[in-house]
Amino acid sequence: MTDATAGSAPRTPARSLFAEDARTKRRNRAEARFRAYGLAAVVIGILALIMLLISILSNGLSSFRQTYVTFPVELAEARLDPQGNRNPEEIAAVTTFGYLPVMAMAFIEHVDAMGIEHDLSPQEMAAMISGEAPAQLRAMVLANPDLVGQTVTLEMLVNGRIDGYFKGRVTMASAERDNNVTPGQLVLAQALADAGAMETRFNWNFITAPDASGQRPEAAGLGVAIIGSFYMMLVVLALALPIGVAASIYLEEFAPKNRLTDIIEVNISNLAAVPSIVFGILGLAIFINFAGLPQSAPIVGGLVLTLMTLPTIIIATRASLRAVPPSIREAALGVGASKMQAVFHHVLPLAAPGILTGTIIGLAQALGETAPLLLIGMVAFVREYPAAPLDGLFDPASALPVQVYNWTQRSDPAFVERASGAIIVLLVFLVFMNAVAIMLRRRFERRW
Amino acid sequence: MPLLWIIVIVLLLGAAGFVLGRQRAVASAGGDARILHSLPNYYGTNVLILSVVPALLVMAVWLIIQPMVIESRVTGMIPEAAIEEAGSRSLVMSDVRRVADGLDTAIAAGALTPEQARGMRTELTDVRARLGEIGVALGGEVSSEVLAAAQSYRGLKRSGNLMMTVAVLALAALGLAYGYIRTNREFRARNAVEVAILAILMLASTIAILTTVGIVFSMLFETFNFFELYPWREFFFGLEWRPSFEGGSDLGLIPLLWGTLYVSVIALLVSVPIGLFAAIYMAEYAGKRMRAVAKPLLEILAGIPTIVYGLFALITVGPLLRDYFAAPLGLGSSSSSVMTAGVVMGIMLIPFVSSLSDDIINAVPQSLRDGSYGLGATQSETVRQVILPAALPGIVGAVLLAASRAIGETMIVVLGAGAAAALSLNPFEAMTTVTVKIVGQLTGDTDFSSPEALVAFALGLTLFVLTLGLNVLALYIVRKYREQYE
Amino acid sequence: MNDMRVTERTVTDKQIKMKARKVQVFYGDNHAIKDVDVDIEDKTVTAFIGPSGCGKSTFLRCLNRMNDTIDVCRVEGEIDLEGEDIYDAKVDPVQLRAKVGMVFQKPNPFPKSIYDNVAYGPRIHGLARSKAELDEIVEKSLRRAAIWNEVKDRLQAPGTGLSGGQQQRLCIARAVATSPEVLLMDEPCSALDPIATAQVEELIDELRERFSVVIVTHSMQQAARVSQKTAFFHLGNLVEFGETSKIFTNPDDPRTESYITGRIG
Repeated sequence: MTDATAGSAPRTPARSLFAEDARTKRRNRAEARFRAYGLAAVVIGILALIMLLISILSNGLSSFRQTYVTFPVELAEARLDPQGNRNPEEIAAVTTFGYLPVMAMAFIEHVDAMGIEHDLSPQEMAAMISGEAPAQLRAMVLANPDLVGQTVTLEMLVNGRIDGYFKGRVTMASAERDNNVTPGQLVLAQALADAGAMETRFNWNFITAPDASGQRPEAAGLGVAIIGSFYMMLVVLALALPIGVAASIYLEEFAPKNRLTDIIEVNISNLAAVPSIVFGILGLAIFINFAGLPQSAPIVGGLVLTLMTLPTIIIATRASLRAVPPSIREAALGVGASKMQAVFHHVLPLAAPGILTGTIIGLAQALGETAPLLLIGMVAFVREYPAAPLDGLFDPASALPVQVYNWTQRSDPAFVERASGAIIVLLVFLVFMNAVAIMLRRRFERRW
Repeated sequence: MPLLWIIVIVLLLGAAGFVLGRQRAVASAGGDARILHSLPNYYGTNVLILSVVPALLVMAVWLIIQPMVIESRVTGMIPEAAIEEAGSRSLVMSDVRRVADGLDTAIAAGALTPEQARGMRTELTDVRARLGEIGVALGGEVSSEVLAAAQSYRGLKRSGNLMMTVAVLALAALGLAYGYIRTNREFRARNAVEVAILAILMLASTIAILTTVGIVFSMLFETFNFFELYPWREFFFGLEWRPSFEGGSDLGLIPLLWGTLYVSVIALLVSVPIGLFAAIYMAEYAGKRMRAVAKPLLEILAGIPTIVYGLFALITVGPLLRDYFAAPLGLGSSSSSVMTAGVVMGIMLIPFVSSLSDDIINAVPQSLRDGSYGLGATQSETVRQVILPAALPGIVGAVLLAASRAIGETMIVVLGAGAAAALSLNPFEAMTTVTVKIVGQLTGDTDFSSPEALVAFALGLTLFVLTLGLNVLALYIVRKYREQYE
Repeated sequence: MNDMRVTERTVTDKQIKMKARKVQVFYGDNHAIKDVDVDIEDKTVTAFIGPSGCGKSTFLRCLNRMNDTIDVCRVEGEIDLEGEDIYDAKVDPVQLRAKVGMVFQKPNPFPKSIYDNVAYGPRIHGLARSKAELDEIVEKSLRRAAIWNEVKDRLQAPGTGLSGGQQQRLCIARAVATSPEVLLMDEPCSALDPIATAQVEELIDELRERFSVVIVTHSMQQAARVSQKTAFFHLGNLVEFGETSKIFTNPDDPRTESYITGRIG
């Protein structure tokens, strides 16, 4: 063996540390490139997030504002209460179609009274007000029959296209090509706005009102969807938390290490990876077709989401139970507590913050879940608010993410704004829930 | 009696049992709780469990079984002719239920007395008009068979509910009495309570298995029904997807599978390099402050619901890709495309890949890094030649899990990929996936006896098997690879 | 006390390879190394001894700038390799570490084949022009690390499959393969059994023919057996530095004597 390492090696090393040899330069360039790829990947990820948020916010923020027109309406007795005895049942006999002309005439007269020039037909003028407005007026009169015969000043929703004009979605040019709106209507709307009779302002109805039909995007709201989502979260919380915690305690503290518990563990980790739509099929087959529970009901949605959330909660709970050191259990056992007492009196309270955090994160996941709910009929068009629990759990309702999907399937472009707005509401809830989870973790996190 | 009331009464009985049991125990010890085997509260709890748990269990089982029994009894009343006329048994039954519910509503609204509802005849009353008055809308005229069935449906339901109420309350009372009698100072109440609690805990942990069993059986059952109506060869090997509700549909799996895989591959091509590089940068290069900002930001991507990504694909990414890539390149004019769904799904999977890879990279022992740096390797050489090979099994696992997610993802493809089944290579063409078609075939009013609806269960089973297989494979590869170095 | 026997070797004046002057190391606020001056001679085994936490490993890691990978660590003072300050801004630690190799406390073979483990350094530094040359370097390094006969039939087997002693010799072969000028060894035998330890010690003695070796050790017997120069560290200070025979037989400092005789440590 000859000592040839230094001699025969083809290296041309810089004898001095101060001079970089060619190879080191090349290697350092490769290093810089690699580092740049990494940075680029992070930046791309963050840019995607920013783009996503901008897209949703820019499309959706305007849904929290809505255009209203204000004008006086004389609620003529002759039309609304022909008998004149203010009997609610007789007033109810006048349908929405009876209110339409009352409203339209009042609007036309008001425009004329203001002295605004226009060349619109009465039909075109009536079409400027939302199709939802007569129904609202009727509901108002039915709630208070004494209004009949009086002249009231009303703030009514305007048609979605007119609203879109004030939000920049509809322009004179697009109105030329649109069958649902004419440039003349926009001119008049602008004149009314200048005169102060038409105004775009914050719109609580978007959050509280129920959904509206495909022709009336301006009236569509999230009320039923928010209640439906809330009911489902109640069901998930009431079922998934106790079941998940009970299952975790058994598996972590009591279960013997045998075939069965092995199967259960593998099962739980696999369930966590089952596509959500499969849970929807399960819900449809078991809860609706087999058990005969009603379609579109929050109870069914809640049950399906419970099954989906369980693995998340079990995994989080087991992790926090495992984090409690054995010395605590031994201390409790040492003073004569039973194993059950040691777990319930000492281990569980110490693990509670972790369990709670996991539960909130599981709930947040469940709140945003859409696919399984489509299969159990939550896409239905629901206008009635569900009743209070527990009966309300069986009433048809919608859910926030499903409402988004629902609106994307409608043709009127105004529903894109609505869908984005609904997502903002959904994201606000999610941010809130996650913030609570993070706060809990920060506040109670304990390192052993 | 409404369900809520039964539950409340049972709980009240339980509470009473708790108090009584506790008192009896203390009394049996002559007021000195120290003589008792267990703490007084355990005696109370024992009675409470005995009265509440069996009663509520029976109620739950009853609630599941009763509708099935009633359904089968009532279905027998409807003549075959009526079923043929309506199209299917389930349609007739839904009519029956609607009429029965309508009668209930009418009674609740005071429009009918219970006697009137029971005695109603189609020859004498226009049931549809009568129910319409109080706001119960019925689709068509009510035949006498349906009305009769509805009336007996109501009767059975009534007596069933009554029987259940009596049984549940009796059971609760019996349990209370039994627990009370057993209570004396020698009785090992704590042990009894703990056994009961342990049983409850065990029951809870079996829910996971029941869910899996439920998933498999619900889909297997309907899939068998589907293959009785539609040849399995044509399902698995069919190249056409053309459902038609008049019959004679082509329900081939291949185009859906192609769309699914195409979208997933694009999603992985986007997410794996970006996610992996981001993870490497975070683990090896980023400073503390950078990590503190960038990591949570990327994780936000993981917390955003898929419907949000779906809308993002629909209103932003789709039109963008169409206007700047597909249209100029002459590749298509559709904003929903495999590319749209794939890119957006890729974005969704970035944090999934990166956080899994981050964990795995951090798990590589520092000694290996030291060894490499000690030999004069640069950071990138260390990452590429030492850390990544060492972390490879974990990363392969992460990629497979990401693939399984991509295949099972629904909302992004529903809103971004399109609905037309196509076997094409053009990534800017709209295609459809397995999940889209499950949603399509099962949303809305579906007739569960037609192959067009049942095919969704076969699709669901395919999806389940596919994703489960990927998960199992991921675990297997990881284990195999680790064994090599252990 | 056979263990305490000091190797009787002629110590001629050798060229100084590395020179440390007034070296200070800080971990955050903790002043870990204070004012250390050491000369590392060529073709000599220098041992750093001292009780746990005395800073000997920390100082060793300064010699090839391995402390750079720790964020909170800061080094002051001057360390020269053949007259060039290794902490100079122009110096690329990558180039430095090719000249000053390192073997770690725990054997840390890469999860690759034995061949790839040894070939790793030559590959990244571009030491071989062809596969044949690389084969030659690998074989020579494995021979030098006295492990060739044990692994020559299974070069493609994973390095992690070897026994602890074999793994450590593989790591030494890996470090030798880049033909460094100085070889730093951080308690290379602490994870090994006595037989493996003896093999590695024998190896160190052979390595002295070509390299300058610096070894950190917990065991005074080991220092006495393998080294020609010894530095005794205590609480971050270099207490005494000199010929091994002198340190072990006739130390100047009472602290050194206490340590040698087992009163501190």
